[in-house]
Amino acid sequence: MSRQQINRLATALITGVAILVVVPIVLVILFVIYNGIGTISWEFISAPPTNGMREGGIWPALLGTIFLTFGTAIISFPLAIGAAIYLSEYAADNRMTRMVRLAIVNLAGIPSIVYGLFGLGAFVLFMQFGTSILAGSLTLGILTLPVVISTAEEAIASVPQQFRTVSLSLGATRWQTIRHQVLPHALPGILTGIILGLGRAAGETAPILFTVAAFYLPDLPHSIFDQTMALPYHLYVISTQVPGMPLSIQYGTALVLLLIVLSLTLSATFVRTSMRRRREW
Amino acid sequence: MIQSKISIQHLYYTYEDGIEALRDISLEIPANEIFVLFGPARSGKSTLLRLLNRLSDLDEGTARQGTILVDGQDVFDRSVNVSNLRRRISMVFAMPTPLPGSIYDNLTYGLKMAGIRERGELDRRVEQSLKQSALWDEVKDRLGASAFALSGGQKQRLCIARSLALEPDVVVLDNPTSGLDPISTATVEESLFDLKERYTIIMVPHSVQQAARVADQAAFLLDGELVEVGEAGKLFVQPTDQRTEDYITGRFG
Repeated sequence: MSRQQINRLATALITGVAILVVVPIVLVILFVIYNGIGTISWEFISAPPTNGMREGGIWPALLGTIFLTFGTAIISFPLAIGAAIYLSEYAADNRMTRMVRLAIVNLAGIPSIVYGLFGLGAFVLFMQFGTSILAGSLTLGILTLPVVISTAEEAIASVPQQFRTVSLSLGATRWQTIRHQVLPHALPGILTGIILGLGRAAGETAPILFTVAAFYLPDLPHSIFDQTMALPYHLYVISTQVPGMPLSIQYGTALVLLLIVLSLTLSATFVRTSMRRRREW
Repeated sequence: MIQSKISIQHLYYTYEDGIEALRDISLEIPANEIFVLFGPARSGKSTLLRLLNRLSDLDEGTARQGTILVDGQDVFDRSVNVSNLRRRISMVFAMPTPLPGSIYDNLTYGLKMAGIRERGELDRRVEQSLKQSALWDEVKDRLGASAFALSGGQKQRLCIARSLALEPDVVVLDNPTSGLDPISTATVEESLFDLKERYTIIMVPHSVQQAARVADQAAFLLDGELVEVGEAGKLFVQPTDQRTEDYITGRFG
């Protein structure tokens, strides 16, 4: 083969591989939509499950997932931003900082079921929050910390250094500089990280297994100390634990969960691009 | 003897990597004059400027000896409020560095950080500083426009105005015309002459020619050492040190 032929072959191969990456995600989405779309109705969304979950809708599980996602955001947001600001603006390059970074990297590598067990031990039992939205949100919040911290830190670091220097030279204090020059410009990146983290949290099953998720609880939660159903766990239950479960409900549930996660991811992309377009430098 | 505005006494400064940026610098900088610090690259000019308002605090692992007195007060004294010091000794950087936001936002940023919120006072400072930096006529109808929409020369005059809006005592300019065309450079230089009535101006010039054009007094730095300091009229015509003469006449640098 000539060099040109090899070149063409390489281009074709690499393009082919790149396309292959897209195929699974498209197939999964299409497959779930195809099987689940017929089930989606207002009643499916807004009604509780009935007849041992073999009929009815998913409202308590959907609402539970929404509560848990908000709870996760409330826990994760301040912790992650605080840590990211510390790491990028305050931390000196010393052993302590390296330990914090190492901890974050390792936190990202912990299997989610271990988070679930940790949540059970720490929040449900030791802190006596019981199996509750609070315990589940805390567990999911910790789970999302690594990704949110890393993206937030990256976003903060990408704010040009000169803005900080100029701000300080005009007599602003360090905190005023962070508050008025760094955080506003890092915000799109930070939001992106948080939304991506929430997307992950919304779809997780293992961390909520022992900390919040109820097998079957048609009543809606009244406080953060109540248990709740949640979509991922509900999907697991109706797919494996309930004999005679109609497939249509399983796929309908899967579709709703998929749509929630996808819409979070897409809105992260949207936030990032739209705010980046408004950026002036 | 007239008291100096700024008195630098036996100043040594060493960076983290061990490079001695300044060695035994002593200078008396009088008020209401344009004082020019010139010399080749890495001679310590910018380092010295950054020490005046303690922007040098941002550099880690540095070592300093000696003192800088401003109106008789040691800037490195623990009782000094760094924010106030930087408002009194205001800095303009080599590259025009607008902050994101409008022209008005840029000019009022330092004031707002100092707690000045009253609209009338902010407006007054904006107009006054823009007039002082010869930018008022060009931007008075679009103060709400983005600072990034200005031309290079306008941006730099905006940065000068932003420093002046703080009503400082001393304006420090680190090669303020480096990125500017000759006409913008001339405009900036002219505004400097008007400014020295009210402010003490310390400047690192773009070139020896610029130094000679604007300076009342000049100091020649080489490799972190002060070679010669004196009246500009004499120093640029009859330097006493051979190295100064070689640099001015373009034999090196």
